[in-house]
Order: sequence, then C-alpha cells, then structure tokens
Amino acid sequence: MIQITTPLKQEVLNQLQAGDLVFISGTVYTARDAAHKRMFEDLNRSGSLPFDIRNQILYYVGPSPTPPGQNFGSAGPTTASRMDVYTPTLLELGLKMIIAKGYRNDTVKQSLLKNQAVYLVAIGGAGAMLGKCVKNSEIIAYEELGPEAIYKLEVENFPAIVCWDTKGNDAYIQ
Amino acid sequence: MKKITAEKIKEAVKEACLSIQYRYSPKMEEVLKDYMGKEEPGLAKNILKILLENSDTASENRLPMCQDTGMIVVRMTIGQEVQIVDGSLREAINQGVREAYDVGYLRKSIVDDPIFDRKNTKDNTPAIVYTDIVDGDEIVIEVAAKGFGSENMSALKMCKPSEGLNGVRQFVLETVKKAGPNACPPLIIGVGVGGTMDYAAVLAKKALFREIGEENPDERYANLEKELLIEINELGIGPQGLGGKTTALGVFIEHYPTHIASMPVVVNINCHMARHTKVVLK
Repeated sequence: MIQITTPLKQEVLNQLQAGDLVFISGTVYTARDAAHKRMFEDLNRSGSLPFDIRNQILYYVGPSPTPPGQNFGSAGPTTASRMDVYTPTLLELGLKMIIAKGYRNDTVKQSLLKNQAVYLVAIGGAGAMLGKCVKNSEIIAYEELGPEAIYKLEVENFPAIVCWDTKGNDAYIQ
Repeated sequence: MKKITAEKIKEAVKEACLSIQYRYSPKMEEVLKDYMGKEEPGLAKNILKILLENSDTASENRLPMCQDTGMIVVRMTIGQEVQIVDGSLREAINQGVREAYDVGYLRKSIVDDPIFDRKNTKDNTPAIVYTDIVDGDEIVIEVAAKGFGSENMSALKMCKPSEGLNGVRQFVLETVKKAGPNACPPLIIGVGVGGTMDYAAVLAKKALFREIGEENPDERYANLEKELLIEINELGIGPQGLGGKTTALGVFIEHYPTHIASMPVVVNINCHMARHTKVVLK
C-alpha cells in the first residue's frame, strides 16, 4: 500500500507509476470551475492567489453540505477537462498534484511533465466514502460560491489512482 | 372526477428525491456484484468493491452516494380523470425538490441562467418537468436525479436512413468511447431513436428511467440492447476508465416513428448510480 503524506516530496512523486493505488494523508485544497475562474481574476488583478499553491495538492470537488454529526459532506471528484485551460498556469506557479477524474488535454500533460507534477484520479461516484476521509475542513476563499468555494481539507487515507506520472505514462485506455 | 392535492404531489416528489440518494437500488447492487465477480483480481474489481462499499457508507451516514446530487427530472403521467387541486402542479414539484435538498443535505447544483450570471438558485430548483396526459384516474410520478459528469458526455446525431442499424451501433459505441472515464463508468446508456431532433433526446432520457434488467418489449430492440451491451463491454474501458470488462451495466433503447428523410439518434449517458424512482398517486 503506497502512502503519501504532505508536505509532498519530489522524490516520492517521481517514484509514482501510472496505475498505482495510493492513500493520501495531509492537506488538500479544493477548487472547481468557479474557484478557478476567481483565482485567475485574482492573479490578473493582484498577481497572487488566496493561498500559497507551491508544492500543494489541488482536488477538483464541489462537496455536498456537511450534515450534523459528520466532518464533511459527500466529496467525489469532478471532471478535470473543464479546468484544462487554467491548469498549466497553476503548475508553473508550483502546484505539484491534482486529483480529479477524466481525460486531460495534451497541453496539461506536457505542463505536468515539465513541472514534474502528477495527475491522480479518485473514484467518481464514491463520494460518501471519500467524504469520510476528510477529518477537518475550513473555507479559505470565495465562501459565497457555496460548494465551489476553496476549502482547505485535512484528509486521512484518501484513495486515488496515479493517472499521469512524472515519466509521462497514462493509466487511461485511450 | 378524482381530486389529488398539490400538497400530496409535493410530498411524493420530496420523498422520491430523498429515496434515491443514499443507496443503490437493490437490483443495481445485485448487478454490480455480478460484474464484480466477473472481473479478474485487480484495479477493476477493487473499484467495483469500493463503489458497493460507498453505498453502505452513504446509507449508514446519511451522506449522498455522490456529491453531484443532480438536476431533478420529473416525468408526470396524468390520467385525464384526475384534477389537481389546492395549488399549482409546477410549484408543488419545485417545492418538493426544494424541501428534499434542504433536509437531505444535498448539493444545490442549479444556476439561474446558462450564459449570463450563472448564479446558484440555492435550492436546486427549477426541476425539468415533462407532463403527459393519458387515460385513467391516477398520476404516475417518475423522478430522477441526473448527474452532469455523464450528462456532459451525451450526444446527438441526425443519421441518414441509409446508415441503418449499423449507424446507430457505431454512434453509440463512438459516444461511449469518447465519454471514457469522464462519465464515471460503469455506465447506463439511454438511446433514443426516431421522432424529431428534440424528441429523440426525450426518448433517450425516458430510457434512463427503466429499471436495470428491463428490456424493450420489441424483440428486435431488446436484442440490439443486449448486443450493444456486449460490444460496449468489449471496448475495455472498464470501471472509471482504468481498464476492465465492466464499462456499462445496461443499454436501454426507446424508439418512435420518424420522417422519411432521417434517423435521429441521441445517446444519453448515466452513471452507475442511476438514481430514479416511481410513485403512483391514486
């Protein structure tokens, strides 16, 4: 069983191979469509993002509301390709791991290679189980976006599959 | 004339919305277990196992199986001997959705305008509502919570009549291939053939309301459903697009007469959750 903990280490990322099932523990930031749009507006206006993205993990998810007695709502991955247009810029800023689901375009794949970052996929439709891996959550930006706000999550044993590794191997059948 | 109150419809829609979010239907669970048994030990089998466990986790914790709790699609089949009283039908449906998404801690995923603003309506309304007036004195309410990872990978083709059976086959396979991992396989495939451009889409959506295992009553279509399911699973896309034998769990085709010049085909894709149910008000 491959365990990954944050802060991420480049030598650990380099050992990951497409198709590996890994379990992540540590800090993960969330962002999907609207949060990406807002981050780019911030970048253009002030030159900075609402959090330091260097060496971080970004998870494309819009969780369901947290019911009483739970740490978090249901939280499975959303489709990555909608974020393709934004991703290379974030990788250039130091983002090291993305978790989502679905195909990435060639520009994103080449940018991942260049920046020695990895793309992992979580299991679409396993939202309840993935939500239970979240032990703590805090909204750090764009609260008004509701499920599309940026959350800082603390996760434990969050399962994901390495889809595009630092050597350029792809786990998807295409 | 039989009277059914708007309140009764609201309650039925609310209960229906809540009943489909926290567990697979028993039949779907059975089918997933069958396919899990057919996969070799490895990633595909593990993913199907995790999906089945996710259904248990969801019901035990009252968390929705998936965070995309969908856009609600309601198909109302209203007997012409029924009168709806004490309120508006459309408002009753939307109120049912509103209350379910509130008390059920379900994600509100609807924006008020598709191009401008895209402001979240914050109560998951409005629902998509289809009404059909038929003979009889009861109301059949079918409710589905449609996720959009799969909806986004759906497609339309106005085929030429000369493309025939093979045209339909190729278009379905091509659409499933293109959807790949994005639509969260294993998938349920709804196909609408015939009618007009828009009606083929309505048929494809209607097909997704079928219970898994249910066949088209026309043997030719039933056979095509079975053949397409085999061909789709031979594509090797597998659970989550990571390879395997389980790409789709069911193919449902609905058909209708069409124009001499055309053969509209719509492929509406659904994920394994296939959240839908039916209530009859008498």
